[in-house]
Amino acid sequence: MDTLLHLLLLLVILLNFFLLGSSRLASCIRTTAFQGGILSLLPLLAHGFSGHTLFLASVAFLLKGIAIPYLLFRAIRQVHIRREVEPLIGYVPTLILGTLATAGAFIFSGRLPLIPEHSQSLFVPVGLATLATGFLMLISRRKAITQALGYLIFENGIFIFGMLLTEAMPLMVESGVLLDLLVGVFVMTILMHQINREFSTMNTDNLTSLKE
Amino acid sequence: MRITILQLFLHLLLLFGLSPLLSGVIGKTKALFAGRVGPPFLQLYFDIWKLFGKGLVISRTTTWIFRAGPVVGLAVPVLAALLIPFGPVGAPISFSGDLIFFVYLFGLSRFFTACAALDTGSSFEGMGAVREVTFSCLAEPTVFFVFIVLARLSGSFSLDAMFGPTLAASWHTAAPSLLLILVCLFIVTLVENCRIPFDDPNTHLELTMIHEVMVLDHSGPDLGMILYGAAMKFLVLGALVVRLFLPVTTGNIALDILLFIGGLLFMAVVIGVIESVMARLRLLRIPQLLVGVSLLSFFSLILLLR
Amino acid sequence: MNFLFLSWLVLGLGACAAALPWRSSKITAILGGGSAVLGCLSGLIAAGQGLIADTAATFSLPWSMPGGSFSLRLDGLSAFFLLPLFIVGLVGALYGTEYMRKEKARLHWSWYNLLLVSMAMVVTAANGLLFLFAWECMSLTSFFLVITEYDLPEVVAAGWTYLLATHLGAACLFAFFLTAGAFCGSLDFASFHLLSTLTGPVASVLFLLLVTGFGSKAGIFPFHVWLPDAHPAAPSHVSALMSGVMVKTAIYGLLRMCSFLPASPAWWGGLLMTIGITGALFGIAMAAMQRDVKRSLAYSTVENIGIILLALGFWMHSRAAGQHVVAALALAGGLIHLLNHALFKSLLFLGAGSLMHGSGSRDLGRMGGLMRRMPVTGLMIVCGGMAICALPPFNGLVGEWFIYRALLESGAALSGLGGFFPVMLIGFLALVGGLALIVMTRIIGIALLGVPRSPAAAQAHEAGWPMRSAMIALALLCLAGGLMPIQLLRVTGRAAVLLDPDSAHLFAGQVITPWWLGIMAFLLIGALLAAFSFNRWRQGRATVAAASTWGCGFAFPSSRMSYSAESYSELAQSGILCSCLTPESKDGRTIGFFPLRRSFVFNAPDPVLEKFFKPLFQRLAGYCRRCCRLQSGNLHIYMLYVFSATVLLLFWVGLR
Repeated sequence: MDTLLHLLLLLVILLNFFLLGSSRLASCIRTTAFQGGILSLLPLLAHGFSGHTLFLASVAFLLKGIAIPYLLFRAIRQVHIRREVEPLIGYVPTLILGTLATAGAFIFSGRLPLIPEHSQSLFVPVGLATLATGFLMLISRRKAITQALGYLIFENGIFIFGMLLTEAMPLMVESGVLLDLLVGVFVMTILMHQINREFSTMNTDNLTSLKE
Repeated sequence: MRITILQLFLHLLLLFGLSPLLSGVIGKTKALFAGRVGPPFLQLYFDIWKLFGKGLVISRTTTWIFRAGPVVGLAVPVLAALLIPFGPVGAPISFSGDLIFFVYLFGLSRFFTACAALDTGSSFEGMGAVREVTFSCLAEPTVFFVFIVLARLSGSFSLDAMFGPTLAASWHTAAPSLLLILVCLFIVTLVENCRIPFDDPNTHLELTMIHEVMVLDHSGPDLGMILYGAAMKFLVLGALVVRLFLPVTTGNIALDILLFIGGLLFMAVVIGVIESVMARLRLLRIPQLLVGVSLLSFFSLILLLR
Repeated sequence: MNFLFLSWLVLGLGACAAALPWRSSKITAILGGGSAVLGCLSGLIAAGQGLIADTAATFSLPWSMPGGSFSLRLDGLSAFFLLPLFIVGLVGALYGTEYMRKEKARLHWSWYNLLLVSMAMVVTAANGLLFLFAWECMSLTSFFLVITEYDLPEVVAAGWTYLLATHLGAACLFAFFLTAGAFCGSLDFASFHLLSTLTGPVASVLFLLLVTGFGSKAGIFPFHVWLPDAHPAAPSHVSALMSGVMVKTAIYGLLRMCSFLPASPAWWGGLLMTIGITGALFGIAMAAMQRDVKRSLAYSTVENIGIILLALGFWMHSRAAGQHVVAALALAGGLIHLLNHALFKSLLFLGAGSLMHGSGSRDLGRMGGLMRRMPVTGLMIVCGGMAICALPPFNGLVGEWFIYRALLESGAALSGLGGFFPVMLIGFLALVGGLALIVMTRIIGIALLGVPRSPAAAQAHEAGWPMRSAMIALALLCLAGGLMPIQLLRVTGRAAVLLDPDSAHLFAGQVITPWWLGIMAFLLIGALLAAFSFNRWRQGRATVAAASTWGCGFAFPSSRMSYSAESYSELAQSGILCSCLTPESKDGRTIGFFPLRRSFVFNAPDPVLEKFFKPLFQRLAGYCRRCCRLQSGNLHIYMLYVFSATVLLLFWVGLR
């Protein structure tokens, strides 16, 4: 069970790298969906089958693996874009930054004063690395859709962190976070549609002209 | 630190005897996918034999460098092969730090191949030379990262020990890292041997080639030596991949060697399948992919460092 | 020691004799060059004695300067630096007798000999004041050598940049020696051992002074800005001496002074490593973009100094961490690379000079096909190029092998953050190695191979025997270093034990021996010969026809169609390098069919100089200009200044 868990978490990191290095929006969304799917397995693997974990896993799978990707796919179909054209920071530099951040997460988590049963688990470093990946996406990409993906990955990182606390965390909090996310993506897609109609482009840079 | 006559003999036999077969297997696999009969398995042997008997055409622009390219290209893989184990057969020469020599040995062959290409004064061959040196420059850190992972696991700095008997035990303790570096090493093998998706060995357009365009002007025995050298290089790097993939030993040396040869042929089939189902990458994407691969190997190292 | 004095005497006499107004420049060359050769031979004997002797030779005379004494000390470390100095000085002098024949500079040989004397004095001085004196002499003589062609404005500009940089560095050294002298009570190095009692922050400030002061001479990043201008401006054998040896005297100074300071904390090493790897990456990236051969080689010096610094920094770091084997490997790597770099970089500079001599240009785009007209020079450049790319069987690999091994051992042994940095450095070092291969194949491929790119290159002529033999001697030394790495380690060990006494047994023992590298070099040569004879044998039975290069069906290829230096590095620029290094180019694109005449300008200036130092100094100049208002030219105002200064001084004295 533990090895499988480790492998899945490593897969999450590899998917992070792929997200940072890929310019095609469709494959980015697909990868995020895949990552969400993997994450939804984690509660089951980490804490065994119980009503709590089953509920969490199924909700996470439905939202992260199916609902949100579906919304995003619909959005890019509506606005006819297929790739991030010119990111603020290039793909290779973001990849390098991502690797450094991942390495940093691994080394940093080795120094954290964690309780013994968590000190060897990969949850903390992978969670940190995924958070960093989300941040990097948010910083370096222009399109609203990649911004949304960044938020998603960011939330995935929090979710991995939450795995450590599933026993302690009330169901409501976790469901609330997931619901928040869904609403966030909804708003984002609507916003995207509006931006596209208004400016006939998807660059969030144009939002700066709203500031006056 | 030892040289064993038997190991030396086995290495040279496998190297000289087996290396052209791999390209035949790849060709056959691709032909199978395309629904053709394809060239015979031994096609490259025939080609090399024929070329060794043919005359030479040499460009008037060239100097001795042009002739030195094939010579270095043949000598380097032979020497490099002596530093690595072929499956169960240990390396005839091994010393602490030979992995650095191994890497720079291929640097030597690249240096002369690129210079020989530039010697013709053709812009096509110049283009090939640039691509070769630039892509290899990006692949080199990956090779070092892969070797460090193995050095950490085996606690030794000679290729023989790094790819030696301890490898099987390492698969139990550090499977994720080894899996990652297996992928990385396989990709490096593809890059260094100019296979799809990095280079198409069968393309007909000079503008898009890497390795083939560098040797456009070579002919006769020179070309034969280049082909033979390239086949050997493929075998040498492939042997590392196979060893990493199949670190098992049954105890019976003959069976082990057969297993190793089977692994090599299997790898050739896999490459044939990849070449059949994938297209060549755009040139601009190649550096990105190579950087990604070196970062991946770096990450596999971080997993161990933790 | 006596041979060292003899060498100085010969060099000094030669300098005076060459300065006399002889009627023929030939006599000047024979007097100056001949005395330099003789002086260097004598100096080599002195260096050999210093390396063999177990105790240091010392010599001391009183000097009327306050705090100064004419104290010299020749130990293993000094002798280790004297060795490349006199080797390169010797071959450079031999080379120069032919190279400078047509040049108008009369005093060239005097400066050359004096530069040799002052460099030898820098590495043997045992007194702070004498050291600074020799240091200044070295800076000034090399400045005069740089501006040999003083009628070219860019040469003079390069000279001024150099003078400014070297004196800003010297200011830091003055500060260091004044502090150290005040603390120890004497400027003699013998009393500097008191410095080891200094406490943390003071020692660190002194260390930073040393890094800045010596770094500006050594050309470490970001103080390298003078180097790519000054080295190409000088005559080639002077470039060889400056690049191969003079920058190393700064490393000597750093090592010597650090040996007086208290045991280094780990972050000193970390600082040097960071500077080193940054400089190495920056230098080699810039080298890949230069059109000017010598400028490209000068940037490669920045790279190699970076590698040396990386190794030495790693030595300090791992010694502080108590890893003795790793420290010994790193120290051996740094010092061997230093010696090797002196040899192969000099060889390359001499080769580049020979190319300039033959084809009349430093521009890669105006060379091409020179291998056919200048076979010996071409072969020598190929040898030097292989050595600098650390390819077997040449000496470059030995140093890099040690450095890689040090990093590997530490990366494989440590975990966490401690193992992270060596591993990252290995990746960067591998990248530097790959880029070095691009740089050298570019120089060789564009300058030596292919078709001539200008009428001058088509008419190029081979150098005469003095220039050729100078290059051959260096190339043979490079090969010898690769074939006998044990000897290289033994020579290095004499210097290393003085710096790191704990590692003496490692240098003598079997733990870090590079014995197998020598064997492998021989095996490689054997394998190459076997492949070569096979090729000859097949060719002997075949018909050999000559034809023109395959041009995709086009039968009349011209030089304008062959690959250019800019295009050679374009892929690396776009694929690997950071966009902040991208060279300036304009108007390269042709639009539409039947384009009109287009021009293409390509220029790769130093980004550090352009974006940091120039604005900085311009701003400083602005502030200084504001101070010029004080200087109104009115006598009365000046009297007011004098008066107010007097009053202030009186107050200060009175109120104290």
